[in-house]
Amino acid sequence: MEKPVIATDLELTDRSRQRIAALCARYPTRQSALMPCLWVIQDEHGWVPAAAVPYLVDALGVSEARVHELLTFYTMFRTEKPAKYVLQVCRNISCHLLGAREVIAHLEKRLGIRLGETTPDGRFALAGVECLGACGHGPVLQLGKHFYEQLTPARVDAILESLRRDVVPRADTDRLFEEDR
Amino acid sequence: MSRQDCRILSARFGRPDGHRLAVYQAAGGYQALRLVLAGMKPDEVIEVVKESGLRGRGGAGFPTGAKWSFVPKTADQVYFFVNADESEPGTFKDRYLLDYDPHQTIEGTIISAFAVRANLAFIYVRGEFGWLVDRVQRAVDEAYAAGFLGRNILGSGYDLEMIVHKGAGAYICGEETGLINSVTGTKGQPSIKPPFPAVSGFLGKPTIVNNVETVAAVPWIMLNGAAAYRGFGTEKSPGTKLWSVSGPVRRQGVYEVPLGLPFREFFRDDLGGMRDGEELKACIVGGSSVPVLTAEEILSCTLDYESLQQAGTMLGSGGMIIIPQSADMVELLKVLMHFYWDESCGQCTPCREGTGWLHRVTSKLLKGEAVAEDLALLERICDGMAGLTICPLADAAVMPVRSFLKRFRGEFAARIHETAAAGSPTRWARGE
Repeated sequence: MEKPVIATDLELTDRSRQRIAALCARYPTRQSALMPCLWVIQDEHGWVPAAAVPYLVDALGVSEARVHELLTFYTMFRTEKPAKYVLQVCRNISCHLLGAREVIAHLEKRLGIRLGETTPDGRFALAGVECLGACGHGPVLQLGKHFYEQLTPARVDAILESLRRDVVPRADTDRLFEEDR
Repeated sequence: MSRQDCRILSARFGRPDGHRLAVYQAAGGYQALRLVLAGMKPDEVIEVVKESGLRGRGGAGFPTGAKWSFVPKTADQVYFFVNADESEPGTFKDRYLLDYDPHQTIEGTIISAFAVRANLAFIYVRGEFGWLVDRVQRAVDEAYAAGFLGRNILGSGYDLEMIVHKGAGAYICGEETGLINSVTGTKGQPSIKPPFPAVSGFLGKPTIVNNVETVAAVPWIMLNGAAAYRGFGTEKSPGTKLWSVSGPVRRQGVYEVPLGLPFREFFRDDLGGMRDGEELKACIVGGSSVPVLTAEEILSCTLDYESLQQAGTMLGSGGMIIIPQSADMVELLKVLMHFYWDESCGQCTPCREGTGWLHRVTSKLLKGEAVAEDLALLERICDGMAGLTICPLADAAVMPVRSFLKRFRGEFAARIHETAAAGSPTRWARGE
């Protein structure tokens, strides 16, 4: 059987390649660095392109199946290019008790899409997710690394209005000091 | 003792600069580590933690010192994992601990790792806490720079490396063997026990997995002593506990209270009771997986392991979900079943199939399409799941179903329709 051709067209910055090499050295085995390496690639691209698979097979000495296994098991890894703004709304019990349904209905109305859909211009995607660990601050929405909490229809409008101008509003979980940035 | 005095874990909660090393050190941070490394042997640390009566705060409540003592003394390599994969619905305390006071957990981790003779520790933070991963990493970097991590810590000869590992969205990784498997670079599916991780865990080596809240208590215990820790709480449930409270109460949030506090008092004084127009109907006291209690039941409980067990539920993670009279119990159960169905890792048939069935039947109930035998069917599905799987996720799905049906049966029975509008009985796949 012919050896599969190793694709080399994964575009990664030198910094990302260095981070992957460093992770391989830091973790006790190269295979155990697979998850953080997938994060490095997703952090750079916003998703994990198919070309990442042979690249990781090569760099970490793992099987192709193993990479696919992780990509499909863990819900946060994306194997398709996502919308510019992926709005993930919690619909679990606490947020539900605090009004998540109304928030979701409002988002659906404002964006003109249903949960699980993307706007035709590819800018907004709306997803229902399970508990985000913000239960006392619900209803909550995740965008990127951050949470917007205690949502009301009015707050949702303000967030959407800002995102339409490509200004990401400061999130409730963003408590960094200016000097830390 | 005034309630203000029991802020062992939460002293810096709400402080905008609580995450900084300088702030932590000004409050006595890393003094416990100095004390331990200057003159204690690992086994002496284990003894103190045993005497303190500290129990695992992730959900199972297993005595921490006992768990540590299971690590074979002859092991050549030991690993220490901090479980910050907080994802039990209703629970958000570990997030507070790491957000407002990451150094407390880091110091606790170093001491705990020293006690079990580990030279590599992982802090496994759930992937959705993206900002928190960065915050913890920054604090770990600070600890390295200050000489609290790395080689020859504080000149003691003890070496410890610490890696902050970011999860990627799988509830199952909160189970300790699932968590270990996740870090080996595979699917985070749990392994059958025994062997227990303390004997054979990460890469086949002895591995201790402790919850964030558990290790965060260790510096205080080392500095103040086991007896002082036992000064809080009850005989069998010593110390303090963080409660994550969500639902329509006046003041939601994370509260640190001594174990054994009467719920009635906590509910009235700390939470301020229900919001205007709401009335307490039920409470899920320890995260979504523990049995629900009626208002009457919870109002007569004290908040400790034994009392809650006697009442027919569990302290669990301390994720307290307050349910108002206006809530529809059928709908809440369906919301929960969607979660377990979504998060079942698919490894064991009773769980993979059972959670799907539970979700389908509760959805049918909610839509008003269920017939009388569907309630019995729910119970039969539970019987086919409980205790029959590798990890407790199946039991975690079963406990809400059984307790909701037992305590709020009337609400479920009211959704049954025997008319032509109803669908046919859900077919139970048993050769029918």
